[in-house]
Amino acid sequence: MSSPKKVFTKGNEAIAMAAINAGCHYYFGYPITPQNEIPEYMAEHLPAVGGEFLQAESEIASINMLLGAAATGVRAMTSSSGPGISLMQEGFSYFAGNELPAVVVNMSRQGPGLGGINATQGDYFQSVKGGGHGDYKLIVLAPHTGQELYDLTIKAFELAEKYRMLTLVLGDAILGQIKEPIVPWIPQKTAGDPDRDWVISGAKGRAPRKITSLFLADGEMEKHNWHLQEKYERLERDDVMFEEVDTEDAELVVVAFGSVARIVKSAIAQVREAGMKVGLLRPITLFPFPRQAMLKLGGRTKRYLVAEMNTGQMVEDVRLSLPGDCQVDFYGRPGGSVPTPEDLFAVISENYSKLEMGK
Amino acid sequence: MKQVFKRPESMTDKLFHFCPGCHHGIVHRLVAEAIDHFAVREKTIGVASVGCSVFLYDYFAVDVIEAPHGRAAAVATGTKRVLQDHVVFTYQGDGDLAAIGTAEVIHAANRGDNITVIFVNNGIYGMTGGQMAPTTLLGQRSTTSPYGRENRRDGYPIKMTEMLAALEGPSLVSRVAVNTPGNVKKARKVIRQAFQMQLEGKGFSFVEVLSTCPTNWGMTPQAANDRIAEEMIPYFPLGTLKQKDVIDVL
Repeated sequence: MSSPKKVFTKGNEAIAMAAINAGCHYYFGYPITPQNEIPEYMAEHLPAVGGEFLQAESEIASINMLLGAAATGVRAMTSSSGPGISLMQEGFSYFAGNELPAVVVNMSRQGPGLGGINATQGDYFQSVKGGGHGDYKLIVLAPHTGQELYDLTIKAFELAEKYRMLTLVLGDAILGQIKEPIVPWIPQKTAGDPDRDWVISGAKGRAPRKITSLFLADGEMEKHNWHLQEKYERLERDDVMFEEVDTEDAELVVVAFGSVARIVKSAIAQVREAGMKVGLLRPITLFPFPRQAMLKLGGRTKRYLVAEMNTGQMVEDVRLSLPGDCQVDFYGRPGGSVPTPEDLFAVISENYSKLEMGK
Repeated sequence: MKQVFKRPESMTDKLFHFCPGCHHGIVHRLVAEAIDHFAVREKTIGVASVGCSVFLYDYFAVDVIEAPHGRAAAVATGTKRVLQDHVVFTYQGDGDLAAIGTAEVIHAANRGDNITVIFVNNGIYGMTGGQMAPTTLLGQRSTTSPYGRENRRDGYPIKMTEMLAALEGPSLVSRVAVNTPGNVKKARKVIRQAFQMQLEGKGFSFVEVLSTCPTNWGMTPQAANDRIAEEMIPYFPLGTLKQKDVIDVL
């Protein structure tokens, strides 16, 4: 058997490639750095599979075109970066209310405002705490390598369909721009199911259907909200994803996601060599957050360091998840500054030494 | 005995919630008649907007997607790009289409997206209780122009039909009214033409329908109807401003 074929590709292109291989034949988007390789790849390759690429007049239009396409039951996506994602938040809320499946990629950049085009993780709150109006969640996936960008894009379509929810792939400028080898693969299921009972396809030989988020009758809106909540609970029960590295004997666990987690992995290799028992917990689903895994880990490891490229966002979820007797410290680099493995080695070592002093 | 008048097949048997004298009911019927005329009910998808017409799905026996406020044209674009052999129409009011959704409708028109847009212009925000709309006439009082719309503060009533007719994309751009039997007949024909354009793949078709809002105009149905001819048509003249060639089978 020949070994799987590797391709050397940018993160953004890995996402676009994965989407097409997952059967996503409809893309709507508006240019914004640092994700332009996604629409550019789609514009080049979608015609060959009989798909449609459309450059919208704004991100507001993109997300609503996506809504119109998603309502027909096909696999469809859009992508953007922070400022564009802000404009899409209205649409995200409607996707949640309407229970429509689709995939959105945020290759996040610095903010607030126009910010800059370097990587940050400043959009964590926006991604996992709602962002648009109303009581809703998105499924949020946080890849940390090119291969994972590919794999999780495919997963994003599967989860979106399983739960009839919008799934957000949250990357950043580093992950989008970095070029590395990946092994593309084609999933077994590569199409939406047109037979689903909510799909808008024309009322041929059946009663007309409607896609709506308007519930005016007494009690209907509360019922709908509890129905959505039930899905979010099911997600937390069945589809939480996370990675643990060297946590078995860890006296200090670093919690990080996305590109920071990748840098943390290098730093941990160094601190382990220096004899410090440090591990990593890397949430892959930011929503649902791996609360149970953290609670379990918190039973044996009491000291944590959360590292993020922001001023402290995921750290709140870590504190909420861990038992009350755990100590949680934070290391943050906002505004596009990327910590080096040496920076993290230093901060982990310092944190670890406090632990030694406490003994 | 021959039946000469009945409910269109594309309409449900549900009573309208619209106020007495409101023209939405007439416009709904004309759209349903067009869908019946071409026998495309089973492959028609309506896109509802936000406003009094949000309940499109209660009255039309077709699949309906409810769009966020102003975004119906973008939603319809997305749907039509997938279901290219289906008929996709939006039904939007003047707040929805000419204020918050201006960008979406202009770009759908400019792309020549093969959809039909029915634009009901009653010069006021009906569902939210009578606020000033982009199409409110100068001097007209509303709850947010209590002393009358003034151009120096509020700008001028926007003429969407004239704006869209300037674009290359649309196949049909027309303004009609339903205030008299004669105008209803003309409107019926133009709305049919709009759907025909789509069925023939000629691209974006747009029909503006001048409409009453007796409740928020503070008028009786009769006075509101009269106002269409006396005040609205002089500012928003009726007629087809753009029409690509079409085989006249009507």
